[in-house]
Amino acid sequence: MIEARLYLLQRGSALLLGPLVLIHLGLILYAIGDGLSAAEILERTRGSLAWALFYGVFVLAAAVHAPIGLRNLAREWLSWRGASLDLATFVFGLILLALGLRAVWAVVGGGA
Amino acid sequence: MRDAPSWYFLIPERGEEGATEMSDGTLTVEIWRGKDEGRFETYQVPQRESQTILDVVTWVQRNEEPALAYRFACRVGMCGSCAMTVNGKPRWTCRTHVSKVVASGVVRIEPLRNLPRIKDLVADLTPFFEKWQTARGRFEPSATRADPMPSISPESPERKAADAGIECINCAVCYSACDVVAWNPDYVGPAALNRAWTLVNDERDGDREGLLRTVSEAGGCHACHTHGSCVEHCPVGLNPTEGIAGLKRMTLSALLKGALS
Repeated sequence: MIEARLYLLQRGSALLLGPLVLIHLGLILYAIGDGLSAAEILERTRGSLAWALFYGVFVLAAAVHAPIGLRNLAREWLSWRGASLDLATFVFGLILLALGLRAVWAVVGGGA
Repeated sequence: MRDAPSWYFLIPERGEEGATEMSDGTLTVEIWRGKDEGRFETYQVPQRESQTILDVVTWVQRNEEPALAYRFACRVGMCGSCAMTVNGKPRWTCRTHVSKVVASGVVRIEPLRNLPRIKDLVADLTPFFEKWQTARGRFEPSATRADPMPSISPESPERKAADAGIECINCAVCYSACDVVAWNPDYVGPAALNRAWTLVNDERDGDREGLLRTVSEAGGCHACHTHGSCVEHCPVGLNPTEGIAGLKRMTLSALLKGALS
């Protein structure tokens, strides 16, 4: 049951991440190609609800997707199983979420 | 012959590139002797026309090594007893011609991978069959003998899906070929999930939702990485990967409908 739920979460988050990663990469190329400075980028992103939503969803999807994949890898390659692995997966997801949201706040919030 | 199933004569022997017949009439055969600790012993075996790997093993046991342990029963690809690893790949040895698998004049024969070894070429299939039970690979009746026979159209999509997987001979070649089985000891393997797939498509089965719950446990269908080694090596041409993908779809659908809890 939990496996089916995790499978759904991982595939669902991958479905979200596909286009989000492409847009993210496109943005990087655009920003670099146009020679935007950090200040110019922040000027565009600060206070923008759209950017907050875009990268908020991105971070959430990544924080769901990556720990589930790592859990599978740990089971197959480290023979790590049981509640300790589930806890470690959950904690890793929380860390990714916290770091990601902090970065989103730094870009769209008042300042960091 | 008359009673052989229709698929039996249609399966091509899967050969190696560049496989050749030996010209000097003998074949170099390396056979694993021992259990986990052991060694390869080399034998020179006379080459015959249309010789199978099982013929070679039998020749060695009768002429060179009476204590050689191996397992077979029907000799015609029906019983699934004689599977071994031949030149690195799991195969049904009674239907594998030497000429199709010999590499540089040498045939190396070992027991099946991913299973405990008993002696020489005999692997212990207990975990393989236990995992069929773990995946609930058995029919749960929904009627008694007093009930009328259900009428099931052979043209229904469910029956067609079940028919596509029903001819498994339990040889454990797919189990031996599967890397996920090697990495994850909980994984029930392609054969057990293929059986579950045929049952979940059998409208006479009495607990198909329970079956979906069972294959959603750790080591169930979601552990499959879709490598396709089972499809590549299945001697009777089944496609367990397709059935496992079907189980994944069906379990997700049941999960979204709340039927898995």
